[in-house]
Amino acid sequence: MQKILNNLFEIQAVSFSYEKKSVLRDFSLTLNAGVFYGIIGPNGCGKSTLIDLMICHWQPTTGNIRYKGKDLNTYSRKALSREIALVPQNFYINFPFTAREVIMMGRYPHIARFAAPSDEDIRILKDIMTKTETLAFANRYITELSGGERQRVILARSLAQNTPVLLLDEATSNLDINHTITVLNMVAERVVKQHKTVIAVMQDINLAALFCDELIFMKQGSVVAHGPVKTVLNQEILRSVFEVESKVRSDPYSQALQVIYKK
Amino acid sequence: MISAGSQLALLLLLAAVIVISAGMGYIKIPFTDVLRIVGGQITGYDGWLADIDKLHPVVVTDVRLPRILTAAIVGAGLAISGAVFQGILLNPLADPYTLGVSAGAAFGASLAILFNIGFMGTWSIPLLAFSGAVSTLFFVIYLSSDSGGLSSNNLILSGIIVAAILSAGISFLKYVADEQVSVIIFWLMGSFGSKTWTDVILTLVFVGFGFGVSVFYARDLNLLSLGNRTASSLGVDTKRAPLALLVTASLVSAVCVSVSGIIGFVGLLVPHIVRSVTGPDNRKLIPVSLLTGAILLLCADTVTRAVLPNEIPIGVITALIGGPFFCYIFRKRQKARG
Repeated sequence: MQKILNNLFEIQAVSFSYEKKSVLRDFSLTLNAGVFYGIIGPNGCGKSTLIDLMICHWQPTTGNIRYKGKDLNTYSRKALSREIALVPQNFYINFPFTAREVIMMGRYPHIARFAAPSDEDIRILKDIMTKTETLAFANRYITELSGGERQRVILARSLAQNTPVLLLDEATSNLDINHTITVLNMVAERVVKQHKTVIAVMQDINLAALFCDELIFMKQGSVVAHGPVKTVLNQEILRSVFEVESKVRSDPYSQALQVIYKK
Repeated sequence: MISAGSQLALLLLLAAVIVISAGMGYIKIPFTDVLRIVGGQITGYDGWLADIDKLHPVVVTDVRLPRILTAAIVGAGLAISGAVFQGILLNPLADPYTLGVSAGAAFGASLAILFNIGFMGTWSIPLLAFSGAVSTLFFVIYLSSDSGGLSSNNLILSGIIVAAILSAGISFLKYVADEQVSVIIFWLMGSFGSKTWTDVILTLVFVGFGFGVSVFYARDLNLLSLGNRTASSLGVDTKRAPLALLVTASLVSAVCVSVSGIIGFVGLLVPHIVRSVTGPDNRKLIPVSLLTGAILLLCADTVTRAVLPNEIPIGVITALIGGPFFCYIFRKRQKARG
């Protein structure tokens, strides 16, 4: 077991504007390793932009992001792709790669440009395909899979990347409840057993409360509240972030806080 | 799965087609003689040429081989740039001309012909065609780029707009061209007639360079098909890699067009057919497209040069064969989907 690494991500006073539209304002957040984080907030509050900044796809307009104590910019793309994996929200692919080929793409950061996959790569691939139940359609074309099957392939691809950090951008939005729970259990297990860090943008607050260790509430490009589920999830925060009336109660069956709404 | 063995087989097939094609034409030369002539030229050993008609080595090395090799290299160039364009634009229907490269080249060539620009001798037309193609490319890139880099929809749209404007320009040039109009039309339809070793070397350098760059970025091109964001998280420089590939593929097609005129369907069809055999993995798609494109365009050029009673412009042949064939595979796929 590794020791807890504090300050894995330090996001300091970050602002980001997209074509003059301010998306994140003076955004600060510190994340530790070995924690399952849930990011919650209304549509358009800057959650996906935050994810883009964390994978270095965009650069902050002002402020800076440090990862493991070093500025994110100082990492090469290749080095970063061995540290942080992303499961995107919308996924569309126009070419008939097989599911296996797509999942193997997750190993690319570990394989030299012109080299063939090693036996170890193939073993990891098999293992992950078994766990994500994607083995059944390994040789089918990604273009012909259902939305849910495709989402599982993409998740398997990110797991094959085998990074310490996994970013999920509404990764379970296309899955039925059975597969949603399977997937979230799988990543939660990696947090506990392998000390991985999962940062998941989620729409379903009850699922977030069930699986996450800590929640981050965002509104209009800023953090409204951040802390362990038990301390931050309450009806006041839901009213201020989502403008909905709700009741938050401790549910004996799920042994977690759960939210119920009124029409 | 297409293996290195299949690529070697295609390479041997290409060599065979080159040798057989060099023997075909108005003067028939047995392919064994072709081999002896080529062997003699390379080794400098005259013994092999002893019992061959004095005219034959001239026909093979000075007349036929430059044309044959140019056709093969241009076919290869159009095929790989088509594969790269389809990969970057995330569109299996893109081709080397999607960004208006051909319209730019045609406009440049038409200007050169109309105003009889001859400061570079016989190179004036290819040079202006090339300048037209390259400036069109950069204008299209400029038109479509925003703060976040290049989006494939913007590129395709800008390409269509610019090509439409240039086509109108070409029509105008044809209208005012009077007797030169036939020269313009003939150039536009493409031809490998009277190609020299300089054409061979020129296209070889550009296509070779383009092939190198495409193969280097082939794996990144695979990842780009997952979308920019995901590609970025898998270690691809999503600003540099697409731009490098786009510029390379356009330069390759610009050189091909300036040397041979506008030859359609090779760049669209070859990667399309090859993909259905190799799958979309660009590390296989690009080398196999290169060889297939070379073989197919060389065969088409040999048909018009040596088989048909009168030479038909190569661009017309590829469109007449490629177009209906494309309809056929397109329809077959729709049916297969049910």
